[in-house]
Amino acid sequence: MKKLSVRRRHPLAALVVLLFALAATGGLYAAFAPAKTAQADSSSQSIAIEEGKKLYATGCSSCHGPGGQGSTDGPSLVGVGAAAVDFQVGTGRMPAQQPGAQVPKKQPIYTQAQIDQLAAYIASLGPGPGIPSKKQYDPKGGDIAAGGELFRTNCAQCHNFAGEGGALTDGKYAPSLRGVDPKHIYEAMLTGPQQMPTFPDTTMPEKAKRDIIAYVNDTTRADNPNPGGFSLGRLGPVTEGLFGWIFGLGALIATAVWVAARTAKARKS
Amino acid sequence: MSSQDTPEENLPAEPPHGTDAEIAPSDALVPDPGLPPHLPRRQDIDERAAKRSERAVAGLFTLSMLATIGFIAGFVAIDVDKIIYVWPIGHISALNFTLGCTLGIALFAIGAGAVHWARTLMSDEEVVDERHPIEAPPEVRQRVIQDFRKGAGESQFGRRKLIRNTMFGALALVPLSGVVLLRDLGPLPGDKLRHTLWAKGKLLINQNTNEPMKPSDITVGSLTFAKPDGLEETAEDFQEQIAKAALMIVRLEPEDIKDKRELEWGHEGIVAFSKICTHVGCPISLYEQQTHHVLCPCHQSTFDLADGARVIFGPAGHALPQLRISVNSDGYLEALGDFTEPVGPSFWERG
Amino acid sequence: MSTNDNPKSREKAPAGQKAADWADGRVGLYNLAKSNLRKIFPDHWSFMLGEICLYSFIIIILTGVYLTLFFKPSMGEVVYHGSYVPLQGVRMSEAYESTLNISFDVRGGLLVRQIHHWAAIVFVAGMLVHMMRVFFTGAFRKPREINWTFGFLLLVMGMFDGFLGYSLPDDLLSGTGIRFMEGAVLSVPIVGTYLSFFLFGGQFPGFDVVPRFFTIHILLLPGIMLGLVVAHLILVVYHKHTQFPGPGKTNKNVVGMPLMPVYMAKAGGFFFVVFGVITLLSAIATVNPIWAYGPYRPDQVSTDAQPDWYMGFSEGLIRIMPGWEINFAGHTLVLGVFIPLIVFPLVLTAIAVYPFIESWVTGDKREHHLLDRPRNAPTRTGLGVAWISLYLILLVGGGNDLFATHFHLSINAITWVVRVSFFVLPPVAFIITKRICLGLQRRDREKVLHGRETGVIKRLPHGEFIEVHEPLPQGKVFELTAHDQPKPLEIGAEVDENGVVRKVKRTQKVRAKLSQAFYGEGSQIPKPTPQEHEEITSGHGHH
Repeated sequence: MKKLSVRRRHPLAALVVLLFALAATGGLYAAFAPAKTAQADSSSQSIAIEEGKKLYATGCSSCHGPGGQGSTDGPSLVGVGAAAVDFQVGTGRMPAQQPGAQVPKKQPIYTQAQIDQLAAYIASLGPGPGIPSKKQYDPKGGDIAAGGELFRTNCAQCHNFAGEGGALTDGKYAPSLRGVDPKHIYEAMLTGPQQMPTFPDTTMPEKAKRDIIAYVNDTTRADNPNPGGFSLGRLGPVTEGLFGWIFGLGALIATAVWVAARTAKARKS
Repeated sequence: MSSQDTPEENLPAEPPHGTDAEIAPSDALVPDPGLPPHLPRRQDIDERAAKRSERAVAGLFTLSMLATIGFIAGFVAIDVDKIIYVWPIGHISALNFTLGCTLGIALFAIGAGAVHWARTLMSDEEVVDERHPIEAPPEVRQRVIQDFRKGAGESQFGRRKLIRNTMFGALALVPLSGVVLLRDLGPLPGDKLRHTLWAKGKLLINQNTNEPMKPSDITVGSLTFAKPDGLEETAEDFQEQIAKAALMIVRLEPEDIKDKRELEWGHEGIVAFSKICTHVGCPISLYEQQTHHVLCPCHQSTFDLADGARVIFGPAGHALPQLRISVNSDGYLEALGDFTEPVGPSFWERG
Repeated sequence: MSTNDNPKSREKAPAGQKAADWADGRVGLYNLAKSNLRKIFPDHWSFMLGEICLYSFIIIILTGVYLTLFFKPSMGEVVYHGSYVPLQGVRMSEAYESTLNISFDVRGGLLVRQIHHWAAIVFVAGMLVHMMRVFFTGAFRKPREINWTFGFLLLVMGMFDGFLGYSLPDDLLSGTGIRFMEGAVLSVPIVGTYLSFFLFGGQFPGFDVVPRFFTIHILLLPGIMLGLVVAHLILVVYHKHTQFPGPGKTNKNVVGMPLMPVYMAKAGGFFFVVFGVITLLSAIATVNPIWAYGPYRPDQVSTDAQPDWYMGFSEGLIRIMPGWEINFAGHTLVLGVFIPLIVFPLVLTAIAVYPFIESWVTGDKREHHLLDRPRNAPTRTGLGVAWISLYLILLVGGGNDLFATHFHLSINAITWVVRVSFFVLPPVAFIITKRICLGLQRRDREKVLHGRETGVIKRLPHGEFIEVHEPLPQGKVFELTAHDQPKPLEIGAEVDENGVVRKVKRTQKVRAKLSQAFYGEGSQIPKPTPQEHEEITSGHGHH
């Protein structure tokens, strides 16, 4: 084992790993890949994998290991699937700046084309959920009311009734769903990034996911109305109480000061 | 308040003013110079300033009238579902905003007008009014006590003890009828808190699909909520039943499960726990799939699903009850019986 | 001008006077008005805090009556087909459906709902601030102890009526609150389970809780509160208002403006101001968007599950409590829930009984109509601030999840901080406040003895620079020294000079100890004596 780790940085190591990985990929792919994906244009697919592998070696391998097998700094990526890569890299969470309880979302540093190549490479390491098609996650096809029911059953406990996010244990949190790409929501449900549990198609069918996305999309869109006025962050009674104290009672006390104050006296002159 | 139980003579050093009802406010260093002289306001000496105030007050009252007209016009003209964008508030109901602003201004202007009137035009010379002691003078006190004694004597209340005692008895008993009447507010608990709809052979129905589940449907790291077979949303007692029977299903790697019983009661690492928090009954379901912790959003009780759902943080007093599950002959997940302990919040008879 | 109007109107328009004569013949109007029409009210902004409460209470009643015209207090289930699209086809109770209708289909319904709710938030906030004003100025002293108690009962009932009120719509958030209530009731030893079944008409949630809460919310509690408000006001009028000390103000007079016309206009106008401000608040800010929460189902929940602010400190108590539970002889004592349930009223009672403790400790039976400046009662002020610090830290505990997400902290760490602060913060706040009060007393003493710093620098013949201090005007000196400084009680020797042992009760020893703590050395800075003052003022005026 020690020998292996010493030679890890050998110039040829990457090549060896690559060969291993390719061989493994080919074998696993043949064994597990669903017929549909196997029909993809094999030559363009392999080019993508090749490119993704290069990207992986420079951007990801330091934590996830040269072959995606994981290390103390990052989990194994074998079998996480293209959807996980597309979510993690597409939302900027990966590459992470530092390991920690939770990796925050940030500006993605790869283009979508690069992400697709990375995804192709990771997908080649082991079978996992693929990137969903537009038809699967398009909010237009979903039933908002049904999605709301599903959202309150499965999602609101962490992400709050309006998708504003919430606290988890020890500084972890469920992020806000505002402005999240429907594709990424779909992928998150499918792959369960970080602490989020997965909601596989077997227990939450495609239609249910689409309904949830339709609801989230509706409730978090910028022009979603708050008929009563300021939404106050849609965080429940805490912000309402603060607002009521500061602007309600505060304004009333200000007027009370005015009501009770003595009127200015005429100057003696 | 406590002078009765504290004889005064036992307290040698009373505060300087003792029980004297009158205060001499003159332990000040200097004598009270009295109220400062009253100075006139601009409006008192300058009629033009007074006129300006008058116009301001009348202007506010007029504003109120206009706002009320605006309220009625808005009520008639604006559709109840019209949404408009108002910076910086956002997309809001046009009707609510219009009605609120017009009514608010109509009311505020009346108030502001009246206050401005009082502050600038009504006399602002301070008036001094004498206070009189709250307590009655001794002769009045004496008189009332005498009257009462006389009345009490005439009633013979003190003398005829039999009447007194039976009257107290009757008055004490009669409210009992009212208490007894409250009995039918609800049925007796019986053992209702001990049982749920789960029973041997009941299939676990996925709440998302309304279908039973196979073990292969449930992947490691996933979270699924289930209800007992046969419980439909349309059922009369759906809310009551789901309040106890709601189930949370997760799958762990069997080697991650530290609690032997938990592993046995599950199926290949699939374990089913009550979704109802043992603290005060919130549906606990903030499942962190990597730590296997589940957190309650209401009061942050945290349970370790890899270790028999024992409490690791927060105010819950005991672990989440686990439902024993298995797979039936068709390959679907089923319960092997009811929960062996009551679900949800603890209660006196729980034991 | 108003003073000129009266004789004129008597000649010109006797109609109003005729009506008054008529009423006088029936209810004795003139005798009633004799002492009240020109009743004097002192001017101070903090004396209007109670009016904020009174007026928001009236606003709540007015809007509440309107809401009952549309609200259906029923838990019968229906399928929603109203105009709010994201809930169409969803099963819900009639209570929730009718609240949606009020919000989306009744014109102005949303506004009235929001006024009702905002007014409730302001009502309880106003009561708390009003109570603090009364506390810190010592306005609760004799003869106003009963009115203090009435006010306290109004605060408690206001809190509970608010809780019942936001529970009525049967939305996901309020249902979670009711579920908490079930758990809390169940935790009561021996009778808890029975109480719960009687409250809910069976198992949770059942079909009875919303209609029952409705009756209590709109009839029982408001009825009692209305009675208390009337009694509170009658006593305010009867006692005449307290006033801050100052020249010309004594314990036997009240200085201010007459009810007719100034306070008629100011207080009457202030009602419209309060109504207007709350209405404007309801025009611009959403409160309790029940449509976003969804209908209640016992197996659903949303994070950020908090009560309205006035129940927030009880939420804090619940959240910081460790999960203690004792099982014995087939029974369970749910301390994890029951202790907070007991501490909750204790926190409130602590402040409510303080006036009685103070009057017992001081043995003071005089009437007090002049207010204390908070600095002149350091122990009382310190205790009040300690109570507020406890209340605030519990509010933080009740919102620990939002503090965690918005300040990027760990929810567990916040909970621990609140647990420790619950015990540590009040004593610290007490000590700091008392020291600040004593510092302010020292400054008053300085000012009285050495006058005001004028900022004028003078050079003395021998080259020294000094700042010229200007002696305070007589009125100011009077104001700063008019308060009395009680001497602490002393028990004295238990054996007198003749060797006779005097029995001293335990309670008296406690009382003397407390009195020492309230008024002993280190609890007040002695006022300058006339000699000291004389010396300074007659001699070298500078220094």
